[in-house]
Amino acid sequence: MTVTTITDAQLAPKDYASDQEVRWCPGCGDYAILKAVQKACAELGLQRERTVFVSGIGCAARFPYYMSTYGFHTVHGRAPAIATGIKLANPDLDVWVMTGDGDGLSIGGNHMLHVLRRNVDLNIVLFNNEIYGLTKGQYSPTSRRGTRSPSTPLGSIENPVSACAFALGSGARFVARSVDTQQPHLIGVLKRAHAHRGASFIEILQNCVVFNDAVFEHITGKEVAPDAQVLVEHGKPLVFGKSKEKGLRLKSGTLELEVVPATAPDVLVHDETNRALAQLLAALEPPLPTAIGVLYCNPRESYEHDVYAQKGAARGNADLDALLNSERTWEVVS
Amino acid sequence: MATSSIVSPQRESRDSVVIRFAGDSGDGMQVTGAQFTLETALAGSDFSTFPDFPAEIRAPTGTTFGVSAFQIHFGGTDVMTPGDAVDVLVAMNPAALTVELNDLRVGGTVIVDTAAFNERNLNKAGYTRNPLEDDSLARYQVLKFDITKLTADAVKPHGLSSREAHLCRNMWALGLLLWMYGYERAATVDWLKRKFAKKPVIADANITALNAGHAFGETAEMTEHMVGYVVPKAEARPGRYRTVSGTEGLAWGLVAGMRAAGIEKMVFAGYPITPASALLHTLANLRAYGVVTFQAEDEIAASGAALGAAYAGALGVTSSSGPGIALKTEMLGLAIATELPLIVIDSQRAGPSTGMPTKAEQSDLFQAVHGRNADAPLAVLAPTSTADCFDIAIEAVRIATKYMTPVIVLSDGYLAHAAEPWLIPKEADLPQFPVSYRTDPEGFHPFLRDPETLARPWVKPGTPNLEHRIGGLERDYDSGHISYDPDNHARMTKARADKIAGIARDIPLQTVALGADHGKLAVVGWGSTFGAIHQAVKIAQDEGRDVAHIHVRYLSPFPRNLGDLLKRYDRVLVPEMNNGQLVKLLRAEYLVDAEGFSKVTGKPFRVTDIVQRIRGGAPPPRETSGLGGEAG
Repeated sequence: MTVTTITDAQLAPKDYASDQEVRWCPGCGDYAILKAVQKACAELGLQRERTVFVSGIGCAARFPYYMSTYGFHTVHGRAPAIATGIKLANPDLDVWVMTGDGDGLSIGGNHMLHVLRRNVDLNIVLFNNEIYGLTKGQYSPTSRRGTRSPSTPLGSIENPVSACAFALGSGARFVARSVDTQQPHLIGVLKRAHAHRGASFIEILQNCVVFNDAVFEHITGKEVAPDAQVLVEHGKPLVFGKSKEKGLRLKSGTLELEVVPATAPDVLVHDETNRALAQLLAALEPPLPTAIGVLYCNPRESYEHDVYAQKGAARGNADLDALLNSERTWEVVS
Repeated sequence: MATSSIVSPQRESRDSVVIRFAGDSGDGMQVTGAQFTLETALAGSDFSTFPDFPAEIRAPTGTTFGVSAFQIHFGGTDVMTPGDAVDVLVAMNPAALTVELNDLRVGGTVIVDTAAFNERNLNKAGYTRNPLEDDSLARYQVLKFDITKLTADAVKPHGLSSREAHLCRNMWALGLLLWMYGYERAATVDWLKRKFAKKPVIADANITALNAGHAFGETAEMTEHMVGYVVPKAEARPGRYRTVSGTEGLAWGLVAGMRAAGIEKMVFAGYPITPASALLHTLANLRAYGVVTFQAEDEIAASGAALGAAYAGALGVTSSSGPGIALKTEMLGLAIATELPLIVIDSQRAGPSTGMPTKAEQSDLFQAVHGRNADAPLAVLAPTSTADCFDIAIEAVRIATKYMTPVIVLSDGYLAHAAEPWLIPKEADLPQFPVSYRTDPEGFHPFLRDPETLARPWVKPGTPNLEHRIGGLERDYDSGHISYDPDNHARMTKARADKIAGIARDIPLQTVALGADHGKLAVVGWGSTFGAIHQAVKIAQDEGRDVAHIHVRYLSPFPRNLGDLLKRYDRVLVPEMNNGQLVKLLRAEYLVDAEGFSKVTGKPFRVTDIVQRIRGGAPPPRETSGLGGEAG
């Protein structure tokens, strides 16, 4: 290994790439996510030695190998647990968890629930392609009903989980959604997530070109996107459409959103600190527009901060002899 | 009671005595036993204890399956086990009497609370007639006291409710037993004041009950059958002593090991499980020693967090019991593949699946040594006593950090709760084995091996210019990059095996605990059976038999001379609290014709079990006192 000393402030996106050949399928949405993360790292000026990418198993989980930071490719679903241990050992590290819909919401669903409710200071990026790619195309916990796959030849009869609704229900204090191909938006969301202290959860709608191609086309396709997406921004009205002609408001007498002309007086203004609004936005699905952006951001001290803030926490200098001689002792003389 | 002689009109002398306190799980028998132990220790006697309690926290009162017992063996010489036969049984109700009576020696003393022997309790215990009123206890000395009323009368001035007064019965019984053996009450009084600091009335009432029980023995109210005893002080090496449980030994040993290695922080991650939780509780109070405890969402996450902490440069420790260790298997594989130090403490318990959570067994040896997918070697150690728990924890830290490997420590439910006297070590006298984290980028790759230990470097994330990626995928021997090359996989498999095998060069040679290093019979044990085997071999030697005791602390890898040593005996007998696991490992490894000797009742070996086996080779009669009674 050659030693190069670079001032991290000068690092370009390519400096965050490792020397390993990237081995995702040609056309995979993961390439775009890798590019966006490397760009975000450069724009944030992250120190490579202080940055750790942790992953479980799956296509998304190969991510750490392609970064020039520290990286730990672990076992299926367990990355949140391992990342929690890393943060407990060294809260100063900048730790990212790269996961997928199967890894993070099926085999690792329990760990995801608890890492979010504990609010460990991690950036959790969930690549949602609604399919198991690395195992060759089985339906996943986010696959819609009717998804045909090798394990559901007649179509899936299971109800999908919504990643963002799950995160909000788990008590996450930063929940965002973005799209692999919407680079500037994705980079912006990654930077927001990084700035958030505590667990940040980002769902990225990601295209699997081989096993589930175009599964989000009705949301992300260039032609349909303006009408199919509402890009949410804190303090701004919830409007969408090709010329922002449509808006969302609370339907009178119920607890659901409805589409009205953007000029309507009661079009909602996005408040990312409002959990109830975030839950309504997370639940939007076609024919209503899909909410993209930071749905919820309401920080509180992180878990590991509170661990170390507790009385006497991990000082490490206490007298061992005093401990061993605590409570009752007696002397035997010769 | 080996010998007895009259030393004074009041007190007879005994070499050693076994007492069992038994009652409902709500009767406070465990604290009664613990306080008796403390007073014994302060009086200078040697002791060994065995808490035996049901899995139910509060089983229905008066039932046989709700019986909780605490046994203590104490005296001047040869106290190495909690004792085979009980000399004095304190039975707080009929259920305790029926469950525990089988272990009382003929001629032994049973102390009962007559008030508890009412029709309702007798029915619950399965008695059709009151055993206190027929001749069914004729083989024993029965001391019948209305402990309920005596306690209630004593604490009356404190104005307690009848239920609160009833809860003081155990202290009355403790006071009586302390009088019987001439022990002090001061430490118990102190303990009561601390325990009930916020409820001084309760503290005072308990102290009154304690004193009343003591006074009862002292005064003319005692029966003609009841006498006091003196038990000699033990001969022990000079120094400062305390009692230590296996749990305390492990917790403090881990802290000592962390310091010896020069590691700043321990992350201990666990998930509640009997009987391992006590270790989590103990370490949760040691924040000032650099310990961070984490109660994870499950066993898998606990092992994951511990491994993540190890990756980040801390001492990563996880702990559980058999079924929980099974869940950690996958993470152990990752620790082996990524060659990170990880300490796993297994407090073994009986049976597959949930089994018998509060009963001890040694049946996770196969799981520890071989229980993983693929060729996945690691180091396995087992403490021989509660005091050895401290030393074994230090050794586990040394091996894990020096060889960059997971280490499993096989404790058990008996060691976790049992207590013994312990010569307190001084930190300055403990071993030192500082770790060095790699910081030099020159020539670095993550799987560059130390030529001597074959260990890879330990790098803390945060170290400049050593950024690297590791994971569960097979990696190239020469670069650490992902590799699917067939020859490389063979080379890495061998490297992982050679690294663990090489630990044998760095651990003590196997010694003989008692007897000659050759001869007719070697009795080979491991773990918490040390005391019973040792005592049995001593008795057999006194009978003129050519027999030795070998106790194996290092189970993977074995000490490098173990095979040669075993071959110097005509016969090898392996008593184990499992259905034959070490015996199979020894046979497989060394082709010795070792014989197994199993005990799987959930209770520790009795010395006589092993003596009989040494004498005749015939299996001992089936236990009658074990499971049947407790299962109700």
